[in-house]
Amino acid sequence: MYEKDGEKYFVVDSHMHYWNAAPDNWVPGAEKYAKGWIECFHAYQSLGPPSTHWSIEHFQKYSEDDLMKDVFEDGYVDVAIFQPTYLTEWYKEGFNTTERNALMGERHPGKFLANTRFDPRDGDVGLKRLQADVDRYGSKGVKLYTAEWNNGSRGYKLSDPGAYRYLEAAQGMGIKNVHVHKGPTIWPLDKDAFDVSDVDHAATDFPELNFIVEHVGLPRIEDFCFMATQEPNVYAGLSVVIGGLMHARPKFFAKVMGELLFWVGEDKMTFGSDYGIWEPRWQIEGFVDWDYPSDEFSDFPRVTTATKKKILGLNAARLYDIEVPAEYQLPAQAGTPAAQDDAQLVAGA
Amino acid sequence: MTRQLDAAAVPGTELPGTADLLAALDTVRDPELDEPVTALGFVASCSISPAGDARVHLRLPTYFCAPNFAFLMVADAYDAVAALPGVRRAEVVLDEHFASDAINGGVAAHAGFARSFDGEAVGELHDLRADFLRKAVMAGTDQVCRPLLAAGTDRARLLGLTLGEVPPSPALARLRERRAELGLPAGDDAPLLIDPRTGDPVRPDDLRLHLGRARLTRTSLEANGSICRGMLRHRYDSSREDEEAE
Repeated sequence: MYEKDGEKYFVVDSHMHYWNAAPDNWVPGAEKYAKGWIECFHAYQSLGPPSTHWSIEHFQKYSEDDLMKDVFEDGYVDVAIFQPTYLTEWYKEGFNTTERNALMGERHPGKFLANTRFDPRDGDVGLKRLQADVDRYGSKGVKLYTAEWNNGSRGYKLSDPGAYRYLEAAQGMGIKNVHVHKGPTIWPLDKDAFDVSDVDHAATDFPELNFIVEHVGLPRIEDFCFMATQEPNVYAGLSVVIGGLMHARPKFFAKVMGELLFWVGEDKMTFGSDYGIWEPRWQIEGFVDWDYPSDEFSDFPRVTTATKKKILGLNAARLYDIEVPAEYQLPAQAGTPAAQDDAQLVAGA
Repeated sequence: MTRQLDAAAVPGTELPGTADLLAALDTVRDPELDEPVTALGFVASCSISPAGDARVHLRLPTYFCAPNFAFLMVADAYDAVAALPGVRRAEVVLDEHFASDAINGGVAAHAGFARSFDGEAVGELHDLRADFLRKAVMAGTDQVCRPLLAAGTDRARLLGLTLGEVPPSPALARLRERRAELGLPAGDDAPLLIDPRTGDPVRPDDLRLHLGRARLTRTSLEANGSICRGMLRHRYDSSREDEEAE
């Protein structure tokens, strides 16, 4: 819970991690990839305020106590959602698996939701494992990383038949939310691996599922926004937008937020700290204080207290059926109405 | 890693210097960001020996930057440097990237992208490059139109404007270059607003959406560029000036 100027914000951190990327977890022969991956993440942290930077050693492996302090004690978060990333080709026990996250979460009842994952290239075995994870950890969401290496294959598309088979099965198991993270796949190399059109297809064909595109499709914000305008079940996950731009590039942050509010709308944007990349505290404090810096942004939808309450927690609470105490809720219809009449805009295309 | 050019240095030709190499590299762009590799800080070093052997090292913001775009930059840098009069041999090396070996080897051998990544790629990169040129055209459209609108030009009036009627500016020159690269109309009598896929003039009904997408595409490209610069600075502890661009 965060309180500022008499306003109370219920905070759901919808995208965070508990990883081990220290050398003791590197797969022999794949050390350079394991090292390259965590160093790349560490570079992202450098985009936050200097006082929040960690040493690479701490960044590679932080403790349960560190996490509880940074996220809940200092970080205002009410409920945090673990998003696993396996990367077992590079990390012996995985980078942060469902199990590692959930076992920690079980020691802190009510604080965490543990999402799981699947990889459509894992066939029948993977489906059984998905079912077991859902049964064991009660996951309502999956995190999919389409750039993951798997037995010689270096990436997949959500529109692949194998992925559809998994989405159908996951829906049958009670999964509601699909978090998609794009990355630099190596296959097929002559196509744009960051292209989000596969999410568009899947969102159309699975209207009962919600597709939260993490990092707002970066680096394809434009394609993502245009797709999200047309698909009612596509959401913008804001991790990296707040963490990577708000401090380092305030002007671009304003422009990107303006575009997101215009095309996607405040009802379909969710806060995620991406911890341990960035601590939530400065992101939440800064975002609650934030507004457009000048008149130059007068064409964009206004940002209100209701906008921020929705983005920081109420939207994700709705997606995950998290109970929100009455004092944090908004009156019905509060906030800026959908900035853009989506249907009309695209119908005119 | 190196390849002997067919034509040896012509006797009497003045040897190019580092400044000439950098000028050649100015023409090499990151296809995603539509900015020169020199301005992005991607040139780690470049040098030329008295015999005319040029050597360029490129670097990227992360170990996992997209390999296809990395390949394009290394291949384009090779072509730009090798074409300089007086250069006998050109060597371009991509440093510290997970696909460095495949890319460096493929470019040096002129193997083409598909062969560099044997069994993984299907085809070549022309379509990908064209996709990103179209994004550059959209972003460039915003760069040209925004000042016109700010100066009081009515939005609907943009539909009737030709490139020749727009006051000259670096942004306009750049937009014309990108359109020409795609084979789209770029002459004085060509309409300012066109569909970057077909080259057809934008219809009045599509004007608002077209300008909205142009602005969005520009924001996206510029935000990506700013993140890449921040990551590069962290990785190489560079003290480059890194002011936020307008």
